[in-house]
Amino acid sequence: MSDIKNIRDQFVSKLKNELSLDDINSIKTELFGKNGQISSLFKTVGTIPESDRKTFAADLNKIKIELQSLISGKIKEIETNEINQKLEKEKVDITLPGRPFVRGKIHPVSQTIDEISSIFSEIGFSVEEGPDVENEYNNFTALNTPDNHPARDMHDTFYLDENKEVLLRTHTSPVQIRTMLKDKPPFKIIAPGRTYRSDSDQTHAPMFHQVEGLHIDKDINMGHLKGCLNYFIKEFFEVKKIKMRFRPSHFPFTEPSAEVDIGYEIKDGKIVIGEGDQWLEILGCGMVHPNVLKNVKVDPGKYQGYAFGIGIDRLAMLKYGINDLRAFFDCDYRWLNHFGFDPLDVPTNYRGLSR
Amino acid sequence: MKITFDWLKDHLSVSAKEEKLLEKLTDIGLEVESVENLSEGLDLFKVAKILKTEKHPNADRLKICDVDVGEKEIKKVVCGAPNAREGLITVYAPPGAVIPKNKTKLVIAKIRDVTSYGMLCSESELNLSEESDGITELSSSKYNKSIGKCFFTQSSSNLIDLSITPNRPDCLGVRGIARDLAASGFGKLKQTKEQKIKSKKSQTLKVKITNEKNQGCFSFGSCLVTNVKNTESPKWLKDKLISIGQKPISAIVDITNYVMIDINRPLHAYDADKIEKGIIVRNSKSGEEFTALDNKTYKLEDDMCVITDNKGVLGLGGIIGGTRSGTELDTQNVLIESAYFDPRSIRRTAKRLNIDTDAKFRFERGIDQLSIEEGLNKAAFLIKEICGGEISKIDIQKISTFKNQIIKFDPNSFEKVTGFKILTKDMLKILDNLGFTCKKDKKVFKLTIPSWRPDITQEIDVVEELVRIVGYDKIRIEEPIKERKKSTLTQTQKLFHFLQRSVASKGYLEAITWSFTDAKYNDHFKGQNDELKIVNPISSELGVLRNSIFSNLIMYMSKNIDRGIKDLSIFEIGPTFFGKLPGEQNIVVCGLAAGKKSRLSWLEKERNVDVFDIKKDVVQTLVEAGYDTEKFFIDDETPDYYHPGKSGRLFLNRGKESVAAYFGEIHPNIIKQIDMKTESLVGFEIFLDNLKLPKKSLKDQKTKYSVSDYQKSERDFAFIVDKKIKVQDLVNVISNVDKNLISNIKVFDVYEGDNIPENQKSIAISVTIQSQDKTLKDADLDQITKLIIETVENKIGAKIRS
Repeated sequence: MSDIKNIRDQFVSKLKNELSLDDINSIKTELFGKNGQISSLFKTVGTIPESDRKTFAADLNKIKIELQSLISGKIKEIETNEINQKLEKEKVDITLPGRPFVRGKIHPVSQTIDEISSIFSEIGFSVEEGPDVENEYNNFTALNTPDNHPARDMHDTFYLDENKEVLLRTHTSPVQIRTMLKDKPPFKIIAPGRTYRSDSDQTHAPMFHQVEGLHIDKDINMGHLKGCLNYFIKEFFEVKKIKMRFRPSHFPFTEPSAEVDIGYEIKDGKIVIGEGDQWLEILGCGMVHPNVLKNVKVDPGKYQGYAFGIGIDRLAMLKYGINDLRAFFDCDYRWLNHFGFDPLDVPTNYRGLSR
Repeated sequence: MKITFDWLKDHLSVSAKEEKLLEKLTDIGLEVESVENLSEGLDLFKVAKILKTEKHPNADRLKICDVDVGEKEIKKVVCGAPNAREGLITVYAPPGAVIPKNKTKLVIAKIRDVTSYGMLCSESELNLSEESDGITELSSSKYNKSIGKCFFTQSSSNLIDLSITPNRPDCLGVRGIARDLAASGFGKLKQTKEQKIKSKKSQTLKVKITNEKNQGCFSFGSCLVTNVKNTESPKWLKDKLISIGQKPISAIVDITNYVMIDINRPLHAYDADKIEKGIIVRNSKSGEEFTALDNKTYKLEDDMCVITDNKGVLGLGGIIGGTRSGTELDTQNVLIESAYFDPRSIRRTAKRLNIDTDAKFRFERGIDQLSIEEGLNKAAFLIKEICGGEISKIDIQKISTFKNQIIKFDPNSFEKVTGFKILTKDMLKILDNLGFTCKKDKKVFKLTIPSWRPDITQEIDVVEELVRIVGYDKIRIEEPIKERKKSTLTQTQKLFHFLQRSVASKGYLEAITWSFTDAKYNDHFKGQNDELKIVNPISSELGVLRNSIFSNLIMYMSKNIDRGIKDLSIFEIGPTFFGKLPGEQNIVVCGLAAGKKSRLSWLEKERNVDVFDIKKDVVQTLVEAGYDTEKFFIDDETPDYYHPGKSGRLFLNRGKESVAAYFGEIHPNIIKQIDMKTESLVGFEIFLDNLKLPKKSLKDQKTKYSVSDYQKSERDFAFIVDKKIKVQDLVNVISNVDKNLISNIKVFDVYEGDNIPENQKSIAISVTIQSQDKTLKDADLDQITKLIIETVENKIGAKIRS
């Protein structure tokens, strides 16, 4: 027993010293190598008198485990130290800039179109589109605006031929015509897109964006029109209350027709929608004229409904505080960066239109 | 249409304030565009008397006048008018007053060393007449007791500018507006007693309307007033015209204008002595000419409605009169014309000649066909009252007779359209006030449409009248139902939005540029397409439809680079055009990247953006959109605006059905020609319409999940191949060796030069080999390796590099 204890004490104290990995390995051999001290003692177990053999073996085992764990602990300690020293050397100035990234942006008009589609989607509208180049019939005549109608003067039209038969659409309303000619009622669509008028100054651009709306069914009346637009404006401006005014107006393709104003005020130089006593015209609408329905082979005796047209750029300007319409199309990277949206900001119903 | 509340009160008994009027006008669809106080500051102009004049010491033509302006202090005013004389009563404007004609504000000024306090005004300066040859002379009998009083009658009425929609010609007259207001409960329409001409003298100028095809004149009324003395209009008439911003000219002209504005009855006054043997209203013949009152000479085409006499064209009916027969101050005999011209004819002629006049504006919207006599009566009596003379009988020639339209109206249609009810009694009252005659016919009404409402042709128009007058605020809000029966977007639309955001997420700023462009830029990118000219472009820089988005994008890229940014990526998704017919357009996603990667980086070496950057953006975008990169096929046939050696064409599969995308460096010649200052410019075009839509929706696209857990091995090869061999072909050959075992192929080096024969190159490839159902043994691996080498050597003519 005393032999064992001596070995233990001797090596425990040895292992307390500062040791290299090599030192430890030689200690390991000294103890557990083929002729190591502990290994040798194990070999003597058979020679121990039977009465003491059990205790001897148990003691020897205990010491073996103790020393082994001391050794492996020591190895771990050294390894850790070595790694730490290495890591210390590898330290960088973490405040140095990372690899650069560039952020792309979605144009405010595109974002606004997505917002509009998201809102109308919720109340059952689907999105239709039509070509930018239109024939005179779809853009005017089918919309109850025959040639020689003064209402044509309200649209400064770009023509593509001398006979004025092909033109750049002056509004998104021809999509109404295309949709109704293509399908059967009921219709419940919006049609966002580019529109063109030969008009250019601070507040007019030769190209701008509109969204058309059309809802035709058996009993759609002006109350539904009002409800739909009231809902849309509230959702779009993300306000709880809206001040809205329907004003009689005239469009050849709707009867009765209305222009819609929303109430606003200027607070600290910013426009606040839904409050105040100023009025701002934001869209035109009305009940689809029976002549238009007849032109697309829909029986006005059975079906009726409403249509509206909204200026998308104007809505974007109001919502996002953009002053100059022309800047939308100037492609200045500073402007695009400032007013653009992160591509991950997809307007949805459950997340909300905007952050 | 400009009106004042005061003028409205000629037709309307009302006690409400102007504020209420403005609200009401807007509520019934007569939109108030602006309200302006014209008489603001006019109270400063005073009736004044010159007490004494003396010669200016330093200027021969100037006088210094002592002026009594009704105050204790006598004002000293320097004046250059020859008629400035002692005792003259005239109009004085003090410092601070704004001269109506030129809007200049007076200050106390030294004129050649003599201080002048204010100014004595000419009629022209006060916008009273064209008279500018001296200061205003006021009659001393009338104004002697008014010294110091305001010269202008104070009008409390503002100038109200209404935007009248094209369907409401009746509201281009003050009376029409008053009628609408009265119907909506704002005041009561005054019943005017029409004074009728009861002359025995006949109208001696013969009038004839030729009955020919496309005759634009349906009826022509006239009245001759003889022995008149055309003069300046009386103050009430001048004030009236001035109050709506018009300039008085002479009594006869002012009277025709007044009647036109008051009841929307355009008239024309001729100097009867200048008409040769009567009037013929006929179609013009090509080549005829006349000089109009706007002092322009018009060359006429066939079939324009002209008023003529023996000597030729006097004027364009309903559009503009001619100088030859115009009235002047010495006119003695006046022929007043009150006619009806067909709106379509008016519009056609005015458009062809590009003339816009007040009369044309009214006739093309439709004039009350029954107002011919009323117009003549009103004008003739006014002329007689102001200019004296004798009135003849009215002569009316016509080729057709007007009949009021009658339509059926079912009162139930109101609720059907508007969603709310009003009493039939109330409907009838409104219609009556608007001038309709209603007759009950079983359950519906027969309505006689007033002659001044050509816009009302069917039942829905009547509903509109009613709801307009009742008020749109009565329409109830029906909350929309949140129900979706059809998906909001089609597959193509979803793809559009996906590509848009996918490209943006790769660092591109989205731009929206015009659909038209500068032909100069378009030329570079139009390829095989025709140039698509706009007939009436806004400017030559926006003269053609774009054949490619590049034209605009590159121009704006260049502008941005000039702004000082060097590294920039922009893109646009939108239409390009390949023909002038509807539908001859494609949706294209077009992107441009300029400059360098890692510019001024402490981490990495900077380098130009290159074709493989843009290739990555295109391929990644398409993969994100759901297309299988394994199937892509790329070759180098690209349009000539790309660098011929550094650009590619991408197909979604080897079948080469239609081009999915082009990408590459923009041709250096183009960059040079547009003088763009950048190290590198690469671009791409993805053709949305050529991308085949997946037949299955995303939920059905996912195949069964299966992965292999067996050991995978990698084997590297280096092949020496002909320089012309495309890596794509090599990879394809290898992958076809055993599709089950070869799971991945990577190209990790391409080398030409030392140790490689000329016109050849070395391609190093790593092939991953893995079985789905067992661990491959060395023998298996050796076999497939051998097979790969053999196949590549046979099919590509390559040599394995030892």
